[in-house]
Amino acid sequence: MRLEPIANPTLARRTLPPVLALAMTFAVAALLAMIAGGNPAAVFGEILKGAFGSKFAVLETLNRATPLIFTGLAVAVAFRAKLWNIGAEAQLYAGAVVTAVLGTGALGWPSPVLLPVIAVAAMLAGAFVLFVPAVLKTRFGVDEVVTTLLFNFIFLLFVSYLLEGPLKDPMGMGWPKSARLIPEARLPRIVEGLRLHWGFALALISAVAIWIVDARTTLGFEMRAVGQNAEAARFAGIPVTRVILKTALLSGGLAALAGYSEVAGLKGSLTLDLSPGYGYTGIVVAMLALLHPLGVVVAALFVAAIFVGADSMSRAVGVPTYLADIMLATALLLMVLAILLTKFRVRRD
Amino acid sequence: MELLEILLSASFWAAAIRIASPLIFATMGELICERAGVLNLGIEGIMVAGAFAGWIAVWAGLPLWGGVAVALLTGMAFGLVHSILSVPFGLSQHVVGVGITLLATSLTFYTYRVVLPEVSSPPKIEAFQAFEIPILSQIPIVGPAFFAQTPLTYAAFVVVIVTALVLYRTPLGLAVRAAGENPSAVAAQGLSVTAIRMGAVIVGSGLMAVGGAFLTMSAFDSFFFDMVNGRGWICIALVVFGAWKPGKALLGAILFAAFDAFQIRLQQTPVGAVVPYQVFLMMPYFLSILALVAMSRRAEVPAALMVPFNKGER
Repeated sequence: MRLEPIANPTLARRTLPPVLALAMTFAVAALLAMIAGGNPAAVFGEILKGAFGSKFAVLETLNRATPLIFTGLAVAVAFRAKLWNIGAEAQLYAGAVVTAVLGTGALGWPSPVLLPVIAVAAMLAGAFVLFVPAVLKTRFGVDEVVTTLLFNFIFLLFVSYLLEGPLKDPMGMGWPKSARLIPEARLPRIVEGLRLHWGFALALISAVAIWIVDARTTLGFEMRAVGQNAEAARFAGIPVTRVILKTALLSGGLAALAGYSEVAGLKGSLTLDLSPGYGYTGIVVAMLALLHPLGVVVAALFVAAIFVGADSMSRAVGVPTYLADIMLATALLLMVLAILLTKFRVRRD
Repeated sequence: MELLEILLSASFWAAAIRIASPLIFATMGELICERAGVLNLGIEGIMVAGAFAGWIAVWAGLPLWGGVAVALLTGMAFGLVHSILSVPFGLSQHVVGVGITLLATSLTFYTYRVVLPEVSSPPKIEAFQAFEIPILSQIPIVGPAFFAQTPLTYAAFVVVIVTALVLYRTPLGLAVRAAGENPSAVAAQGLSVTAIRMGAVIVGSGLMAVGGAFLTMSAFDSFFFDMVNGRGWICIALVVFGAWKPGKALLGAILFAAFDAFQIRLQQTPVGAVVPYQVFLMMPYFLSILALVAMSRRAEVPAALMVPFNKGER
């Protein structure tokens, strides 16, 4: 077989493959649910109910989407420049560690000063964590996929050390968790009485900001140029190495905000299970969003809904929650294929 | 000197070879994929799937080698999916690989929960036992280290020899290497680059799964969720460290495993009382990164690695 570019794809050609990809994802999930002894209609019904069925469910979905918007943006920004950042998990924890260090009383400033200071410090930490692999890539040609992946393991062990050592809560009954943040360091709720903190708003603002950077600034143009063809970009006079390093700082900073928002907004302290793989899920979010910053918000809400819904579905029907992870992995693989098929036709030799 | 005592003990080297075995299988698998031009980031998930598949098959009543075969076939199935997406469709090998890892891992955990819904701790199987090779196992230090291992460890060494022989001594191996270096030349010979690359990914993925199965069927006798724990990513570093050559990659895996066995023993010494245990656990990952940096200058990367091939295009 061979792939032939389509000059002017029709509307059907551009929409049908992605729709089919989603339909097939649900078909696979239905089949697996049946194997586990669940009725597919009931399973999907429970997922929907668990994600959107009540005010509590909707807030839970929005809360779950918040870190995914940040990690999704981090991955989207990096992947656009073909910087393969698989280390958003480590960068998230870098942000979380800084938040726990500065927010537990080290700085006794009022909220309006303290919150932005911690946010910036968290971003710097995350930026640094990705900066190292980016330098190894640009200076030594070391593949960043492997280094960022390995850094995830290193950083999680570092967090484990901190939580059993210097950051351990003396009042924590021996549990490896940090002390609670002082009230001034906590992100307040958007509306009093609703369990949704300002981290969600910050995530939306970040998405819009990245969209503006992407569409309206020189950096955005340069990042896309480097991603499309680094050689051509270099030939056109774009400082490729510097653009890659800038992209790394931006991407790492965004992922760190996920950790910041989880600790300062949702949890109030740092634990080793702060992230159930938000860094890795960010890759799925970014790909489903076709690497578009605003699409990331939609994709993060979709992914969060499936996760939150699957949790309550599992309690109700007894089908394992891992169904959600399977759906996302399937959606990721089928979606990249579908996007290809919107632009190319398959011909037999 | 305590450290010297560790390095000269037979049990230390026996442990090193044991730790190296799953890495050897998976590193050879990755090496075969990459020599044909395909980076297979599905390795981590495929190892998880292989670890589970082999173990559950034996738990369900299959003989041990039957379990190994089930693991092999499971890995090949994921390899088939990977290769369809990454070779004829030429999709980003990074994205496909990460997707396969997520898919294999989540399918494994799902199946575990479906097959064993009620258990709080996973059941144990009768794992591979050490088999002492007569005479050879009596050699001091070397004997217990190399010739008193389980049959699956011996199989790992056989796989290295077979991989090297096929790659360098057969027309098939030449075709595989050419597919990773100069695919146009392969196509000009009338061979199918697509078929060669897909075959390499499928076979390589099967070996990765057997590497995973070593953990549940030889190193331990049960399955845990975080069992593979980044070993797949380490194997990718080992392929680079070994400059894409089976012999050097084998040496790298053994060196790496020796270091791992050493840090475990170091934790028991006075050093281990002062230094937090997390530092020791970090070392393998740090070592992998250092190896990548050190080898980056003179690494002989297959020229067409990660470059999709479309016939008639140049």
